[in-house]
Amino acid sequence: MILPKILIFICALVLSMSAYAEKINIAAAADLKFAMDEIVAKFREVNAKDDVDVIYGSSGKFYTQIQQGAPYDLYFSADIAFPRELAKSGFSFSEVIPYAFGRIVLWSATMEANKMSLDSLTSSKISHIAIANPKHAPYGKRAEEALRASRLWERVEPKLVYGENIAHTAQFVQTGNAQVGIIALSLALNPALANKGGYWLIPDTLHAPLEQAFIITKRAQGNDLAKKFADYMRSSATRTIMTKYGFVLPN
Amino acid sequence: MMHLTPSDIQAIWLTIKLAGVVTLILLLIGTPIAWWLARTKVWWKRPIGAVVALPLVLPPSVLGFYLLLAMGPNGPVGQFTQALGIGHLPFTFWGLVIASIFYSLPFMVQPLQNAFEAIGERPLEVAATLRASPLDAFFTVAVPLALPGFITASILTFAHTVGEFGVVLMIGGNIPGETRVASVQIYDHVEALEYMQAHSLSAVMLIFSFAVLLCVYTWRPSVKRVG
Repeated sequence: MILPKILIFICALVLSMSAYAEKINIAAAADLKFAMDEIVAKFREVNAKDDVDVIYGSSGKFYTQIQQGAPYDLYFSADIAFPRELAKSGFSFSEVIPYAFGRIVLWSATMEANKMSLDSLTSSKISHIAIANPKHAPYGKRAEEALRASRLWERVEPKLVYGENIAHTAQFVQTGNAQVGIIALSLALNPALANKGGYWLIPDTLHAPLEQAFIITKRAQGNDLAKKFADYMRSSATRTIMTKYGFVLPN
Repeated sequence: MMHLTPSDIQAIWLTIKLAGVVTLILLLIGTPIAWWLARTKVWWKRPIGAVVALPLVLPPSVLGFYLLLAMGPNGPVGQFTQALGIGHLPFTFWGLVIASIFYSLPFMVQPLQNAFEAIGERPLEVAATLRASPLDAFFTVAVPLALPGFITASILTFAHTVGEFGVVLMIGGNIPGETRVASVQIYDHVEALEYMQAHSLSAVMLIFSFAVLLCVYTWRPSVKRVG
């Protein structure tokens, strides 16, 4: 009989996997895409045996999923409010640890965004402006605040298209379907996007701070690797990478 | 319990408008394709049939990705629409219509093809001996006999377009009244943690979907009678 053999093989496989040290799943806000990829690559160099997976998406979605028991061990949110809520309702093992402040920029793949400002958005040459959905995406909320503070919201609103998260928003601009977009500085600084059109940094006086924080979830209680990764976020290697991608670090 | 905001109602209307327009256009495009597939004996009917069925298998993300690039300013469709002076299709209602025509094509063609095949040669041969032209025979013989097939195909196409999500998210840009359909609106409610609103709109969709399938299953026996 071949079936029992297969079953034994699968059991052996599963057992050998659990015998192998540790594994963590990291849920990270989409603005961290390039920075976190580098951080995890560096972390793997010193922890080759361990298994680190990163899932990128919108902070709000991860918040809901963690409440529903999603298997994430660390949660990096683009908005400190989400991890605070989780900590309050007992889904966090650690305290809420701020890791960065995000910045928003005007970015274009087809126009010289470095020579633009928010006022340029009213130009008739621009038919579509991509921002993240202000209803639930932290970067979208800040984009709306900046446009309102500049008294431009009413005039540009008919041109707005909404990305599901900040990476999705950048993709609308990268494909040229929207001429400009308001995206995260951390994405605009990525080599793949940086060589196109440039960016214009939106003054942070125009919007509330984008304070970002992470937690170790309740589920990861007793997972040493999760703890180790949390500590690694304070290392100088990590801080260098984060700064390189335009994040302002706390203290 | 039922609490729909004005933007929910707007999303529902937009969804109905999109599904209605797509169903009408697909009736015009899908009928000749289905008729041809049902009657022809050439060998390349099989590859064509496979192409028509592709959207059943393809992840919506594949369709969304290709359409976003093709309809954008650097894509062939985008350059064509720009030359025509229409501008670009992503983020527009008509962009969604084009995407949905691809997405729902098999749901129109396959039931129609089955209905046409079930008629067989005989009724059309009889019509020909009575001096009906092929076009005349099609409208006076084939269409009435395949009527249940037309109804099933239209209902399924309408319903499948209502159920579209991935493609719309990728090329729509979530514009109220233009591309923010009900499925995307529900997603937004959930993302914004507005579970009550998500519940209401989801309940509407659930009841609607059940009613549609009930219609399809009620119509089915008469399809068999034709054969």
